[in-house]
Amino acid sequence: MSLNMNESNSRESRRSYIELKARERATQLLDPGTFHELVGPFDRMESVWLPMQGIVPQSDDGCVVAKGTIDGQPAVVIAMEGKFQGGSIGEICGMKMAMAFALARKDNEKGIPTRAVLSLESGGVRLQEANIGELVIAEIYAELVALRQYTPVVVVIAGNTGCFGGMSLAAGLSSYVIMTRQARLSMNGPEVIEQEAGLEEIVASDKVFVWGMCGGAQRYATGAVDVLVEDDADAITEAVKETFRKGLPPVLRTDQYELFIRRLAAMDTSKQWTAEDIRTVWKEIA
Amino acid sequence: METMHFDYPASTTVPKRICLGVVASGDLEVLLQPSKDAQSHVLIQTSVAGFEQTWKAVLDWFFSTYTDAADIVIHDAGATPGTVAMRLQQTVEESRS
Repeated sequence: MSLNMNESNSRESRRSYIELKARERATQLLDPGTFHELVGPFDRMESVWLPMQGIVPQSDDGCVVAKGTIDGQPAVVIAMEGKFQGGSIGEICGMKMAMAFALARKDNEKGIPTRAVLSLESGGVRLQEANIGELVIAEIYAELVALRQYTPVVVVIAGNTGCFGGMSLAAGLSSYVIMTRQARLSMNGPEVIEQEAGLEEIVASDKVFVWGMCGGAQRYATGAVDVLVEDDADAITEAVKETFRKGLPPVLRTDQYELFIRRLAAMDTSKQWTAEDIRTVWKEIA
Repeated sequence: METMHFDYPASTTVPKRICLGVVASGDLEVLLQPSKDAQSHVLIQTSVAGFEQTWKAVLDWFFSTYTDAADIVIHDAGATPGTVAMRLQQTVEESRS
């Protein structure tokens, strides 16, 4: 009885991070009262391409960039709004992200140790702005890689949209990844695989299977994620602070590509792997 | 997509600019800030065409009590009139808090 009471109390005191919108997420991750938005909604930097195609734009193009402090240190937080156009990367939203990384790098070069957090909820490139979208994604990668030598770039993946396509690679390039169980992380989303390769390859509506393959718990167990967190706004904020206290990672995930290639080579693709198989086999290949 | 524009008379000033909501199915984004003249101006971009009379009815109702001279931008993704009315009220509340 008392145990149940404690559980219900802790649930009541818990605030969901997933339920927060992008601007609230950025505010949440920065020290209280330090949120200062760059290129905010009243600057009206909206997509010019969406209205041409009959689609209503959003005043921040689905990306919130805010300066402030984390743990008292200068920081920039970039938060994507997963509900606007599936958290897709268009010209404006992608350029805001790339330029935020560039400004943080310039600060670091001047001796101001500005750290960066990227809160991702993204279906990948915005198909309506595909070519420009891909170009800005290349900018994002270049700036992320340039910045991560000065300061950890911490990626937070939370929310039901998940993190796919271009932004899944951004997560791979980052210094640390923090993720919730509810989120998914994958290059190709299950719906795309089902559409392209058919139902015999994957049933995208099979939630147990899909989350077993690319859900937060599996990605943590197989080394694609550094910290697995509950959907609790304060716990995620604390995890971000703790991660920055570790400093630069001794080995970046992208430095370990030989290991990942060996793990992939060990997989016999003629049989259907289960989530448990992957955990077991990959653990043996270290 | 349809774009609409409405003007309303005003007598008081907006205390604080506010941006609320998301352009996501059934929802809308509202930006409210002081206008440059003594009138209110509403610019609407909506994903659903053909509902100008409904928009006018919701705005007439809203401006029957709201008197601030505001520039309001609405980015709508098919919100119902009820949702639109609640978002507008929420925006006013937050601009006064």
